[in-house]
Amino acid sequence: MNTPRYYVPARSHWPIIGAGAVFLTILSLARSIQESSSGEVSGLTLALTVVAGCAMLFMLFGWFGEVIKEGLQGYNSDQLKKSFRFSMGWFIFSEVMFFAGFFGALFYARMFAVPWLGGEGDKGVSNMLWEGFSAQWPLLTTPDMEKFPGATSVINAWKLPLINTALLVTSSFTLTFSHHALRAKDKQKTLLWLGLTLLLGFTFLVIQVYEYGHAMNDLGLTLNAGIYGSTFFMLTGFHGAHVTLGAIMLTVMFFRVKKDHFKPDDHFGFEASAWYWHFVDVVWLMLFVFVYVI
Amino acid sequence: MSEATLHAEHHHGPDKGILRWLYTTNHKDIGTMYLILALSSLLIGGIMAFVIRAELFEPGLQLVDPNFFNQMTTMHGLIMVFGAIMPAFVGLANWLVPMMIGAPDMALPRINNWSFWLLPFAFGMLLSTLFMEGGAPNFGWTFYAPLSTTYAPPSVTFFIFSVHIMGISSIMGAVNVIVTIFNMRAPGMTFMKMPLFVWTWLITAFLLIAVMPVLAGAVTMMLMDIHFGTSFFDAGGGGDPVLFQHVFWFFGHPEVYIMILPAFGIVSHIIATFSRKPLFGYTSMVLATASIAFLSFIVWVHHMFTVGLPLAAELFFMYSTMLIAVPTGVKVFNWVTTMFKGSLTFETPMLFSIAFVVLFTIGGLSGLMLAIAPVDFQYHDTYFVVAHFHYVLVPGALFSILAAVYYWLPKWCGRMYSETLGKWHFWLSFIGVNLTFFPMHFIGLAGMPRRIPDYALQFADFNAIVSVGAFIFGTSQLIFIYNVWRTTLGGVGEKATPEVWDNPTGLEWTIPSPAPYHTFQEPPKVD
Amino acid sequence: MRLGMLSVVPAFLLSTTSQSALAEWGLNITEGVTSLSQEIYSLHMIIFYICVAIAVVVFGVMLYSIIYHRKSRGAEASNFHESTTVEIIWTIIPLLILVVMAVPATSTLIDMYDNSDSDIDIQVTGYQWKWRYTYLNEEIDFFSNLSTPQDQINNESDKGEHYLLEVDKPLVIPINKKVRFLLTANDVIHSWWVPDLAVKKDTIPGFINESWARVEKPGIYRGQCTELCGAGHGYMPIVVKAVSESEYEEWVVAQKAESLASQEVKEMSYDELYALGEKVYATNCLACHQATGLGIPPVFPALKDSPIVKGSIDDHIDMVLNGKPGTAMAAYADQLTVTEVAAVVTYERNAWENNTGDTVTPAQVDALKNK
Ligand code: HEA
Ligand code: HEA
Ligand code: HEC
Ligand code: CUA
Ligand SMILES: [Cu+2]
Repeated sequence: MNTPRYYVPARSHWPIIGAGAVFLTILSLARSIQESSSGEVSGLTLALTVVAGCAMLFMLFGWFGEVIKEGLQGYNSDQLKKSFRFSMGWFIFSEVMFFAGFFGALFYARMFAVPWLGGEGDKGVSNMLWEGFSAQWPLLTTPDMEKFPGATSVINAWKLPLINTALLVTSSFTLTFSHHALRAKDKQKTLLWLGLTLLLGFTFLVIQVYEYGHAMNDLGLTLNAGIYGSTFFMLTGFHGAHVTLGAIMLTVMFFRVKKDHFKPDDHFGFEASAWYWHFVDVVWLMLFVFVYVI
Repeated sequence: MSEATLHAEHHHGPDKGILRWLYTTNHKDIGTMYLILALSSLLIGGIMAFVIRAELFEPGLQLVDPNFFNQMTTMHGLIMVFGAIMPAFVGLANWLVPMMIGAPDMALPRINNWSFWLLPFAFGMLLSTLFMEGGAPNFGWTFYAPLSTTYAPPSVTFFIFSVHIMGISSIMGAVNVIVTIFNMRAPGMTFMKMPLFVWTWLITAFLLIAVMPVLAGAVTMMLMDIHFGTSFFDAGGGGDPVLFQHVFWFFGHPEVYIMILPAFGIVSHIIATFSRKPLFGYTSMVLATASIAFLSFIVWVHHMFTVGLPLAAELFFMYSTMLIAVPTGVKVFNWVTTMFKGSLTFETPMLFSIAFVVLFTIGGLSGLMLAIAPVDFQYHDTYFVVAHFHYVLVPGALFSILAAVYYWLPKWCGRMYSETLGKWHFWLSFIGVNLTFFPMHFIGLAGMPRRIPDYALQFADFNAIVSVGAFIFGTSQLIFIYNVWRTTLGGVGEKATPEVWDNPTGLEWTIPSPAPYHTFQEPPKVD
Repeated sequence: MRLGMLSVVPAFLLSTTSQSALAEWGLNITEGVTSLSQEIYSLHMIIFYICVAIAVVVFGVMLYSIIYHRKSRGAEASNFHESTTVEIIWTIIPLLILVVMAVPATSTLIDMYDNSDSDIDIQVTGYQWKWRYTYLNEEIDFFSNLSTPQDQINNESDKGEHYLLEVDKPLVIPINKKVRFLLTANDVIHSWWVPDLAVKKDTIPGFINESWARVEKPGIYRGQCTELCGAGHGYMPIVVKAVSESEYEEWVVAQKAESLASQEVKEMSYDELYALGEKVYATNCLACHQATGLGIPPVFPALKDSPIVKGSIDDHIDMVLNGKPGTAMAAYADQLTVTEVAAVVTYERNAWENNTGDTVTPAQVDALKNK
């Protein structure tokens, strides 16, 4: 490892602005959730939300803008570039663990909680408290139908979800093509494939939103529909949020490609977004199997 | 590595005034801020412990009502764990990891500052719950559902979000540490040459990245159950309150090792230095640390033995928990063997480290007793558990932090602390800590449950002793604060040499004391 | 554990609150009164001695170095720092010790999990903050509340011998019978622990856990809730009265008669109702709504000047009978007799300057209850 001079960034005001922005965002989120569950969201909270949003945008544009500028000016040593790659890798690992928590909840409910409540297995006596309830998955009839009215039917995996799977898997390929084109210095092709990826991604999101509407309105599958609805919406919802984030990242990359920010051998921003996109894709495959199919 | 390498062009010192701290990207500044935050939290958490101990001094309700008592217990646990111990270790990592591996700074200096500054906001939010209508979280630091969901005070929403902010901070901090260690080592600094503090932090950072997101998931499920009608923790919808405990402890058990692995690293350095002998069994120390980390993912159910689990689960988790005694034992034996046939002196850091080994072992052995599932049915949720974890956390984690501060303080500020005051601090702490936590074993075995504001008469005498001990221990920390204050800001104390101690090993001792604002701008050679 | 006593001696001199005699100082877990509890006790002692032995060896070597290898004695440091053989040895030996511990632990655990062939089944339900005992084979079903008076807790009068460990109605079981407990909870998680029976099991709302005990000696055994369950967690003791089989039969018969009697709708005057209501309030409602009637807002509302308490009587009775699902306000229809409900409602409507002047009769409550 032959490090040349190490670039120590000068002092920076972005971190403290970043911390403040995150805090304001989370504070306004907490306040609105809190207030809306006990009545009206107050004007103060709304104002806070607006300020927080602006601060967030200011920070994101400012901070990333500065990093991009440094990159373009060639400040980034090879070592720093390597650090960026490592960091993105570990960050994605932390996201994997976040989803692991929710998958864990799903498996626990399916393999233990619901069977026990239905009178099967080690804690089957629990069924004494829920006479008439029997275990099935997906859980349509909940133990307490008054509090948690279950869904009327299950989402058919082989319709929209299958289409969505196809969309996302294809988008992983198109993104890879785009990456190859970028390396081959073919800007037109890079943009074409990247644009196609984005199109697939946004279509996925539109379909997902449509499917949510269908689930809630026609199938009675809501957050309130018991553990099936809970796990379904948490997993697909967080996945959707990640797709959105990934799509935003790719959109930014689209414009950066246009502005010729990337070199064939130096395009970390692009790669990081691509990794993220593939990660989101893999999560979807897990979802498709464990939430929809089985 | 010679002095000359330090005179690079990039030789500006710190900025002046508050902006230095707000805008800094310097690992030493950030380390200092973490340490100050940790000390403040220790005081706040300690004052809460005083409220607990004052109420428990004798039976009956004297000072606080039961609901407020529960808030104190909860906040004490949360603040000590997330506000004192963890930030203190992160602060030490910031100061020491770059200096130990010959790096000029952390890999991502701006992210580093961001991780830090998130914390004051998070703790501000957490502490503000004390003043909210309905009071602060009162469901224990383990916040079991449904006490923390359906039956929680409204401030729980803010509690949840403050945990989210802390989580972001910890994850980013840990990513930074890992990347620094992977990518910033000086040429020649191979993995098996890394100082143990660096090794233990590498593994700790891995644990953090693996489990903090799971905690975030747990609190998110709570939020959804409270405000959005989901039923993760409600049997009526097919969920299970016990699911919460699984998710929490999947985080929680590795968390307790997050609070002890860096301590192992620190103590390994100090014992070797003051024994004037190389550390015994470096390789096995590394392997043991890794095994502990691995095992820590498959033992979480030992916190839930009485929750009503299938027999097979109880047996599996009992065995896996017991196994942790083996690698931990290897560490203890290595320390003792390092001291054996050494040439020992007993400066304050060494005193704290020796106390660490002895008292941590006592805590570890009581942990092993807790691991025996059938007997844990009698121990669980009594003061025996409280005794166990304070032994590993206070004379364990906290003592190691104190030892580290004494050991590296001369390097940080260029002056020696007062050894006399250090010795007073140690002995009063040592007596105080045992007086506080040893009798808890007895009260626990005799049957006193934890988290109660008032108790039956047969526990009265020991509780009075415990409270007296807590007061001694707490107030003796003032000596520490004074000692550190006079050495750093007060500017008293003799000047420290670059080596500070008698022939210590490690790159940090090759640079001047105090360590210049920027170190290792050009990487040192390690052979 | 006796060794550790050394460190508490100086502090003992300091302690002035010595209310119990030295002899009663509990230092160790109880041997208990079931064969399981004794098995656990001896397991505990074995592990404890092993741990002490390990500690003696480890600390012994350390102390030896501290004394003989100190620099001030002129000790020269040697330079050895590695030995694979030694590392292997001190990996294997602890492993063997652990196996020695695991064998008896496993067999005890298996015994504990044998819930089959019970003679009596009792459902134990945790409520904030009291226990409910339902005898599944008999028609017996009652609540068991803390009976220590509030003024003892507030240090306004001397504390009794069983301070905080006494209840109004203990659980009664026969000796030498296998009693199976089916444990569950109504609101949050509690944990039912009686050390002498070596039974400690969490009670999970919506699920049932099982445990069992065969008590060998008649007597009164006390325990407490051991899972944080809110403000009253320290105030939900358990008292188990183990009696001979014939005594148990008598108790069952008496119990059934009593439960019939309590269903009667009595006539009572305002004063009688108010006085009874005050008592009922103190045992059942005070923990949340507080003696002052001010509650702990916003979680536990004030009853003083509450719109429900000062408003329609029917709504008020309904709140007490049926509670409010999803909140801590439980339904009291099963817990209190109609007379008691009438009494507590009367009390609430007139205490703390609510002064509505209403008298609510048991008949009124009964009518609503049967609607
Ligand atoms: C720094 C923190 C820390 C550390 C290091 C440990 C270490 C251990 N802990 Fe502890 N523990 C906590 C913090 C910690 N714990 C906390 C905070 C709680 C309570 C949480 C709550 O409920 O609020 C808890 C609770 C807890 C429980 C649950 C008790 C209950 O609630 O009923 C159990 C049960 O198994 C347990 C076991 C262990 C074991 C086996 C170890 C082992 O790692 C110890 C290993 C060490 C040794 C054994 C000593 C040295 C070894 C030798 C000298 C070798 C020879 C020894 C033998 C062969 C026996 N711990
Ligand atoms: C992580 C570290 C940590 C640390 C360092 C401590 C430190 C202490 N703890 Fe802590 N404790 C926990 C972690 C920790 N604890 C956890 C996780 C729980 C479980 C919570 C739960 O059940 O949910 C717990 C619970 C707990 C309980 C049980 C409460 C209950 O069950 O109701 C008690 C009771 O005595 C207690 C006591 C103490 C005392 C006396 C100290 C002392 O060491 C503190 C000493 C004080 C200081 C170090 C500060 C110095 C103060 C000053 C200098 C100010 C001087 C001021 C005056 C004189 C007014 N703790
Ligand atoms: C475990 C705590 C708890 C106990 C014990 C308890 N309550 Fe309540 N009570 C509550 C809560 C919480 C509410 C608020 C419910 C809501 O959200 O409307 C409440 C509401 C009430 C109200 C309506 C007050 C109002 O203004 O909304 C009355 C009347 C009442 N309780 C009477 C009683 C009586 C009588 C008892 C005893 C027999 C009792 N409560 C015991 C928790 C408790
Ligand atoms: Cu019920 Cu604690
Ligand atoms: Cu653990």
